Amino acid sequence: MVNLTVNGQQVSVPEGSTLLQAVRAAGVDLPTLCHHDGLAPYGACRLCMVTITAPRRALVASCAYPVEEGLVVETDDAEAVAARRLALESLLSRCPQSEAIRELAAGEGVTASRFGEHPPERGEELCVLCGLCVRVCREIIGASAISFVGRGTERRVSTPFDVQAESCIGCGACAEICPTGAIQIEDRGNKRILHTWNTTVELHTCPECGRFFAPEPLAFLKEMFPEAADTWALCPDCRRRRTALQWIEQAPG
Amino acid sequence: MKIQTRSDLDALRDRGLSTLYPSGVRINVGMATCGLATGAADVYRAVRDEAGARGLELTLVATGCLGYCQQEPLVDVRLPGRGRVLYARMTPERARDLVAALASGELPAENALAIIPAEENPDPGQASGALPDVPLIGELPFYARQRKIILRNSGMIDPESIEEYVARDGYLALVHVLLDLPPQTVVDEIVQSGLRGRGGGGFPTGCKWQICRDAPGEPKYVICNGDEGDPGAYMDRTVLESDPFSVVEGMTIGGYAIGANEGTIYVRDEYPLAVERVSHAVARAEELGLLGQDILGSGFDFTLQVVRGAGAFVCGEETALIASIEGGMGEPRPKPPYPATSGLWGQPTVINNVKTWASVAPILARGADWYAGIGVEGNAGTVVFSLVGKVANTGLVEVPMGLTLREMIEGIGGGGLDGRAVKAVQTGGPSGGCLPARLFHLPIDYETLTQAGSIMGSGGMVVMDEDTCMVDVARYFLKFTMAESCGKCTPCREGTRHMYEILTRIVEGEGTEADLELLEEVATWVKAASLCGLGQTAPNPVLSTLRYFRDEYDAHVVEKRCPAGVCRALIELVIQPELCTGCGLCERECPVGAISGEKKEPHIIDPELCTRCRICYDVCPVGAIEIVR
Repeated sequence: MVNLTVNGQQVSVPEGSTLLQAVRAAGVDLPTLCHHDGLAPYGACRLCMVTITAPRRALVASCAYPVEEGLVVETDDAEAVAARRLALESLLSRCPQSEAIRELAAGEGVTASRFGEHPPERGEELCVLCGLCVRVCREIIGASAISFVGRGTERRVSTPFDVQAESCIGCGACAEICPTGAIQIEDRGNKRILHTWNTTVELHTCPECGRFFAPEPLAFLKEMFPEAADTWALCPDCRRRRTALQWIEQAPG
Repeated sequence: MKIQTRSDLDALRDRGLSTLYPSGVRINVGMATCGLATGAADVYRAVRDEAGARGLELTLVATGCLGYCQQEPLVDVRLPGRGRVLYARMTPERARDLVAALASGELPAENALAIIPAEENPDPGQASGALPDVPLIGELPFYARQRKIILRNSGMIDPESIEEYVARDGYLALVHVLLDLPPQTVVDEIVQSGLRGRGGGGFPTGCKWQICRDAPGEPKYVICNGDEGDPGAYMDRTVLESDPFSVVEGMTIGGYAIGANEGTIYVRDEYPLAVERVSHAVARAEELGLLGQDILGSGFDFTLQVVRGAGAFVCGEETALIASIEGGMGEPRPKPPYPATSGLWGQPTVINNVKTWASVAPILARGADWYAGIGVEGNAGTVVFSLVGKVANTGLVEVPMGLTLREMIEGIGGGGLDGRAVKAVQTGGPSGGCLPARLFHLPIDYETLTQAGSIMGSGGMVVMDEDTCMVDVARYFLKFTMAESCGKCTPCREGTRHMYEILTRIVEGEGTEADLELLEEVATWVKAASLCGLGQTAPNPVLSTLRYFRDEYDAHVVEKRCPAGVCRALIELVIQPELCTGCGLCERECPVGAISGEKKEPHIIDPELCTRCRICYDVCPVGAIEIVR
């Protein structure tokens, strides 16, 4: 265990933890956008800034900073608070329509932005470029169907060449993880339309009840899980019914 | 042939000496990118053709850069028995005249810039006496305070000749290291030398090597960062173009010291000649067994690959550079962990700048104490700057650490261009700050420049005079960093844009005093909260100009006036009737037809049509156009 001090309070966290984990272990809440417990540290949104006051002074993003024995950390000193507020004020100017951003900003006392609205040419912008969608697609799903495109103020997320992503399996993890609801996905008939990614995937039909329930590209799962060979094609309801029947048939007596 | 022993190397050295100092004439034409841009290739061809026509036998070599870019194309002539003279601002015609004189056994005085003394010429002859009015090269103010270690061979040798590199003591260090020194001793030497990272960070090189050497994990890697991208800076390009073997040898020594068998030279793709030269050097070293398996029979294996940069400024940031080599997007990641413990492919990696690597071999050849004795306490050795902007002498300059800015700008640089007063200097490129002339007493070292609000950086040094608007300068650099920000972290992506927009309002005369406060607040945030070095230093041009040139900001905001007469929205161009001769030149050149008048009568400018492009100001032969500020 590593011992450190957060806002005057002693905490012990396992070796290899991040400062954010230590801060949360101390019961202190910090806003985050680009952080997700299931993904590798990224350190991009700069909301979770804290000030290390000893053994050396530094303003750091807590989500990506490994804990060290004896660190003394303040989450609410002037520099850290100013950094959080300016980051939120900037994101508020980028995405004034985003409910999630307005709430986060209000939580830090930021209700209006002194910067002009950006980017005006894109209309209702909800993407804050936290990269969760890109990273969940790469790190967890393993598809890498979407990626950042361009740099600086031109940065955005898209599929290769902005057309149908061949490697997209239509799982929808990107939309699920997006903190601002910027990713539009719709199931229509036997199609799943990922509007944001200019991508459409076929939905699989349950051979028993005829319902569309999962994207076709997920068919690779039957190779990954041979034990499910005769049930993989079923929708969750039919699969549950089939499994229950099997148990009844196999039940002793 | 493989180099296996010291005597093999001696044979290589002898071949190099025979071309460096042949019995006939040797002519070096400076043909790094800077020379080529001024027409050196034409000069080279003129020399070759004229010598051919006259039957003059000579050794004609396309060398790298001698540093004095202002005077290019430069031609260095050695006539055995007569001496060695450097000729400046050559043209094909002047080159033909030069060859004609050489054919009759003379070193002419025309266009002679300096005499190259005996240490660079084993057979000096009578040149000094023959050309009494030509100074020794060390007497030129531009060269007087320089000390060349990193640029030791630049412009002196054929960059494609390993023989000439060896003839000037190249590979002595590697032989000494591989045959005489255990790896830890090599690291100790670098620690003792006091060498610090010449990419601009100034981290102690030996300390970095030690951390990497001690880090668990195999394999380990070394990387050369040649992704130089600062506007107005070309130090690394010049080293790679002019003396690529110095980097190859340095990296081989580094690999041995930390226990790496593979290295990568990452070169900016916009430097095609540097890519070509360094690739050639790697191939040649492999051919001779100075790279590859069991180098010099020591049992040490080392290979190098050249990777061309991905075209983004941010790839000069070490973690972004590593991501780029791995095939990912050039984006930085948070540190720690530092590359020395977790770098390329997650393995311990030493990444150093071109100039750092080029400093390694001389340190090992001549000893840590020799190097530590150059420069000042805590800032050992030499540093290379590209001295550019509104300064009389521009070029590539290598000086001992601790020289003052004044010695640099007024001594080596010869003061302002056309005798004008120098107002400020920017060190460290777009990440650096602008320091005012009243601070020119400051010594050039990492700590002093940082405390003053600038940085050492990789070596850009841009001189500015009274015609430079400091607000406009800050805006120029912010435009650069805004475009080059990778966009990953919020402060750098959004903050550089906020700053650029505020600065745009100010130069357009729309700025308010609240804007100045907001500008400072944003700049402070971006500096403190950004993920990588690009964002952390991007506000320096803003913060330093706010600190030292606040009066110029106030003039723009309060008086709506640009004191330097640069910002278009705040100036007006007027023809002074008592000076105007009515020649009509401005009327013909004006791209928007804003100027009118009768022949031989004073003309006038219509302020409604005028775009303040200043073409009239530049073309007026009598200086009748006034900029009303």
